[in-house]
Amino acid sequence: MNNQRSFFFNVDWVIVFIYLALCTIGWFNIHAAVFDERHPGMLSLDTNYGKQFLYIVIGILVGIVILLLETRFITALVPAFYGITLLLLILVLVHGRNVGGNQAWISIGGGFRLQPSEFAKFTACLLLARYLSGPNIKVTEPRSFAIAGAIIGFPMLLIMLQPDVGSTLVFLSLIFVLYREGLSPYFLIIGALFIALFVTAILYNPLYVILVITAIAALIMYLFKRNKRLVVTMLTGLAICVVFVLSVKFIYNKVLQPHQKVRIDIILGIKSDLRGKGYNLNQSKIAIGSGKLWGKGYLKGTQTKYSFVPEQSTDFIFCTVGEEWGFAGSVVVIGLYLFLVLRIIMIAERQRSPFTRIYGYGAASVIFFHVMINIGMTIGLVPVIGIPLPLVSYGGSSLISFTILIFVLLKLDSNRMGIV
Amino acid sequence: MNSFFERRYVIAGIFITIIIVLLARLFYIQIIDDKYAIYANSNVRRPVIHNPARGPILDRNGKVLVENVPYYDITVTPNLVKPFDTVDFCKLLGIDRAEFNKRWTKAVKYNFSQSSIFEKQLSATTYASIQERLSEFTGFLSSTRYLRSYPDSVAAQFLGYIGEVTDRDMKRSNGYYHPGDFIGVTGVEKSYEPVLRGQRGVEIQMVDSRGRPKGKYANGLYDTAQVAGQRLTSSLDLNIQLLGEKLMKNKLGSIVAIEPSTGEILCYVSSPTYDPNLMVGRERGNNAAKLYQNVYDPFLVRPIQARYPPGSSFKPLSALIALQEGIITPQTSYYCPGYYQAGNRRIPCNNGEAHGLVNLSSAVAKSCNGYFSMVFQKIMDREGGKQTENTFADWRANVGKFGLGTKLGLDMPGESRGNVPTPLYYDNIYKRGGWRSSTIVSLAIGQGELLATPLQLANIECTIANRGFYYKPHLIKAIGAQNIIKKEYTERNYVGIDSSYFKPVIAGMQAVVEDGTAIRSKIPGIIMCGKTGTAQNPHGEAHSVFVAFAPRDNPKIAIAVVVENSGEGAHWAAPIASFIVEKYLKGSISTRESGIAVDYFANANRLPDTTFYLHHAPKKVRGITPKKLKADSVSKIQKSAGNKNKKTTSQFIAAINKKNDE
Repeated sequence: MNNQRSFFFNVDWVIVFIYLALCTIGWFNIHAAVFDERHPGMLSLDTNYGKQFLYIVIGILVGIVILLLETRFITALVPAFYGITLLLLILVLVHGRNVGGNQAWISIGGGFRLQPSEFAKFTACLLLARYLSGPNIKVTEPRSFAIAGAIIGFPMLLIMLQPDVGSTLVFLSLIFVLYREGLSPYFLIIGALFIALFVTAILYNPLYVILVITAIAALIMYLFKRNKRLVVTMLTGLAICVVFVLSVKFIYNKVLQPHQKVRIDIILGIKSDLRGKGYNLNQSKIAIGSGKLWGKGYLKGTQTKYSFVPEQSTDFIFCTVGEEWGFAGSVVVIGLYLFLVLRIIMIAERQRSPFTRIYGYGAASVIFFHVMINIGMTIGLVPVIGIPLPLVSYGGSSLISFTILIFVLLKLDSNRMGIV
Repeated sequence: MNSFFERRYVIAGIFITIIIVLLARLFYIQIIDDKYAIYANSNVRRPVIHNPARGPILDRNGKVLVENVPYYDITVTPNLVKPFDTVDFCKLLGIDRAEFNKRWTKAVKYNFSQSSIFEKQLSATTYASIQERLSEFTGFLSSTRYLRSYPDSVAAQFLGYIGEVTDRDMKRSNGYYHPGDFIGVTGVEKSYEPVLRGQRGVEIQMVDSRGRPKGKYANGLYDTAQVAGQRLTSSLDLNIQLLGEKLMKNKLGSIVAIEPSTGEILCYVSSPTYDPNLMVGRERGNNAAKLYQNVYDPFLVRPIQARYPPGSSFKPLSALIALQEGIITPQTSYYCPGYYQAGNRRIPCNNGEAHGLVNLSSAVAKSCNGYFSMVFQKIMDREGGKQTENTFADWRANVGKFGLGTKLGLDMPGESRGNVPTPLYYDNIYKRGGWRSSTIVSLAIGQGELLATPLQLANIECTIANRGFYYKPHLIKAIGAQNIIKKEYTERNYVGIDSSYFKPVIAGMQAVVEDGTAIRSKIPGIIMCGKTGTAQNPHGEAHSVFVAFAPRDNPKIAIAVVVENSGEGAHWAAPIASFIVEKYLKGSISTRESGIAVDYFANANRLPDTTFYLHHAPKKVRGITPKKLKADSVSKIQKSAGNKNKKTTSQFIAAINKKNDE
């Protein structure tokens, strides 16, 4: 086979197309969000959209370079990449620039800044894939599980110190990777159960919550009273749940930061402070809601253009989509993401190499988690957590890190017939 | 491939489920729930209202009665201000440093990036001296605003005044008026409000989150242009209006003069009057309160709201009705012994004077009470002494045709209908059938329950001057630049008296002035026909009444003058009327044979004793009340409080935006 020819045929052009589509959508929406009549040009570097164009160009170049690299170069240097990002994450805590309360940026000259946490997601995925694909490694074994947890946990911890809650939480999405590789489904169920308990315990009197879960557990135990093991498990689980419910108030009041508490209150409808803490979310909902079915049209959005919506080109970029392109546009954008994520899963599953498969799941989980939290936050389903919308939000670090995340997968995939 | 292959579907399923939740939520807020779209509009659209200038009002010769005078406010936008010489600036405005600091702090507190008023209501002359140098102080601008101004301070009750709208006004206007708008409260400002105010312009502006204007909404597609208020040309003649107000100074009463050939009111004096400029500007509230406390009630529009017994001025009308009914002829005569015996009542003639043998004309000229009482009884008793009810109803209808007892439909608010008693009224007093012609004979000489407004009296003179018809009296001659005249003002209203019957009556009225009761008021070179009246009333001394028209042939002016509590018509009302008539017809006032002169009458004080007058003061008519005044100031306070709230809100939002944490 002609190497060069097969190489380009093996690249998954569908994903490249989605990638380019999302970048373009992002660029136009950033233009609309910060549109300024004094700088009508879309390429001026004084503006966010001009810079974003530059990032997109760089991103594409980076993508091409990745595709041209030898696969071995990537796989061999995995631990080095991971190490470098850990070093950068430490460096940022010492020498970083504090923007908006997060010590997350390192100045790299020319007015540009690097956000190591964005790259940490990529390198954590790589190292996790590398480790789990090793011989005789099974997630079900405690030791392997602990090491996998540590690979995810280190960067999490360092990012939590910045403190950047959003990026920290992104790493939790890697639980899907572990699940795919054999982790017990109880981890997912228990995780979901704990989130549900947390929310209900805040909304309702913890005593009632305990009564209800006890009643449910009692019913199940009664139905399966023959099964001694199940009864024991249920009783242990119930005890843990009761303790958790009782400690929710403590976690909520003492562990969480006041602003995080308020954000949870607002999302749960306990508090409504439309002029103060709830202003951002309310304005975001107004912007999206006022888009109706077909939107107001490109550059016609008023809520975003007249700066009612905060952070409108970064974390709240989806407001511009919702306002100017309406429900139709929102469905297209969300549809593209879903398609992207499902396509990545499909690609992951067609790999012979477990490394690529695990890495693919990592990429899919990270992208999906970003989309879910970001869009959920703008429409009031999730508390306000500042993480970008992949490829669409303004920001060089984010765009380039997602580019690398996706194109490394494409590179690995294009080489799926070869030996890793 | 490994053993957990099927878990891909679980993961994909979770992802798809979450995406569906997101889409469902989006569907709800974007398509089902409309409230966000409404919020969005209220976020960015700010209607800016442009109130057009109110229409000016001119007199019949085009002289200005009310105009709009520009006042200048100096506004400041703190964030635009660049360092400047404060001392110099203070000197320019004539304020001290402390005052400057106070206002500056206030402006900054109000809104750092929006303009607010720094100095209020500078007159054009003061502004002229500042204007040139204002450009040196970046951030300070001037804005113009128009206030009503009355160059001659005349005709206050006619012009009325404007004030801030009340809640009731706003409700009744179906949302046209907004708090802080001005509306005509009385006078022509009220009755011609829709014409004078013009059409408000609304511009829908787009604003950003800090309230800064960002241009027009939809390129001004939904904006409405303001239309300036229309000009009104009143029928008043400024010259005689000024003369009338001068003559009526320190007297209570009114003057109404009408052009008989059109119904246009030439003179509309209500005394005491006030300077309409007092009802404008910063001191308005205080001035209004003071005027309201004035016991003589300057806000009472006496020409249409005060009701007087017409007294002897009613006699010509009495005669005309009798002639038309065929009860008497001009030759019918009566021997006056100095009184008239009606049943067991004796009606004395004026001062008990015995007039001897009088016919119609001389009875009018000498104002013989006896003659008219006789005529009245004849009318009442023509169907027999017990059938007065029907004959009285007929008589009442005939009187009504002249406009007595009904509203004439003047284009002013608050017109009174006067009073002509109904048969029912007497039934209630004397019980049915219990009253005879002799009971009500005082109506014959304009006394009894008969009450008329000065406008009605003047209108009767118009009818006599026209020999049988009148035009609806009106104060606004023409509307707008095209001088539109209402059609109703060009229609003749006939009173049902043949024109031939007027001759003897007019002859009598001519004699009143030539050698009758009003001989002192004879105008050299002008034949004036008039009738004096001395209207006895329960409020003290008789009102001095005089009605007239002139010249006799082809009359140009009909007039009614009432001077309250001043005795005989010949003494006060007749001379005043004669000056007005002469001034109107000749343009100047000549020396009179009788020696009467304007200055004497202008300077005389005929105000009744306060304590006595208060006791019998005429009822207050709707218009300004203490309650209304209070409401006015309350609304102002509320308005300023409202501004304060706005202030804090916008500040708050600005502060939030600044923070925009994470």
